[in-house]
Amino acid sequence: MFKATIFVTLKDSVLDPQGVAVKGSLHSLGFVQVQDVRIGKRLEVLLDSESREQAEEQVQAMCEKLLANPVIENFAYEVEEVA
Amino acid sequence: MRFAVTVFPGSNCDIDAIHAIKDVLGESVTAVWHKESDLSKYDAIILPGGFSYGDYLRTGALAAHSPVMEGVREAAEKGKLVIGICNGFQILLETGLLPGAMRKNDHLQFRCSIPTLRVENNETPFTLQYREGELIQIPIAHMEGNYYCDEVTLAELKRNKQIIFRYAGENPNGSIDDIAGICNRNRNVLGMMPHPERAVCDWMGSSDGMKLFTSMLQYWKENYGAA
Repeated sequence: MFKATIFVTLKDSVLDPQGVAVKGSLHSLGFVQVQDVRIGKRLEVLLDSESREQAEEQVQAMCEKLLANPVIENFAYEVEEVA
Repeated sequence: MRFAVTVFPGSNCDIDAIHAIKDVLGESVTAVWHKESDLSKYDAIILPGGFSYGDYLRTGALAAHSPVMEGVREAAEKGKLVIGICNGFQILLETGLLPGAMRKNDHLQFRCSIPTLRVENNETPFTLQYREGELIQIPIAHMEGNYYCDEVTLAELKRNKQIIFRYAGENPNGSIDDIAGICNRNRNVLGMMPHPERAVCDWMGSSDGMKLFTSMLQYWKENYGAA
């Protein structure tokens, strides 16, 4: 079994209104050092793949087809073997 | 003219769309469950508003992979009329039938109001009964209507006159270039955040949405014969 941890984040060029709102709240809590906040998603996917290479190939395809929207989002992932 | 209204788990404006077509426009309309993929017997397809699949992952992302979207894609390729309203617009963006993507409203609030729109292009099957520049009132109700595309795409939308509706007053969601609705290059696929099906009788507060449906009917009669 392989576990993929996938991170989906907004592209730098896309304004993140949630991040801006959270930054404002952090400032009002006194964390004045905060310069920027960007909010993304973390997905954990368990795969019954033959090999790490195959798992990575499948995760790459999943991200391109569904898990990330290439117009506004970037993705990255890590794949580890689990028992 | 035969209309289909697609129904996904979480659609909630399907009945409003059916009412507008059947009771106000007076044409045939069928609700089509998202598991059907053959839409060949319909002349026009409406993707209604709502919260398909609970807006999970991204608005419209899961509905975009439903079997019914194969039928929608085929219909669009054949030049049939496809209109996505609100969540339907989000689904069309996720399928790639229209360019760009939707973000959360810039103020992070759900916005329910009746904004004024400007008809930017009346040379489409959806707007031929409006005047260019006409100001119309069509209600909105959404959390993610903040349309985004990159500069290259925006320039292309402008050059091809694919921007069909803009917010004429205050922009209610932060969309790029005040965009409220766009069409594809062939002019037969329209996506818009405002709800024309909720503005088809005076008692609704506005009947300005009616001309969108009568435009579609006129276009169809002129191109495909009698109703």
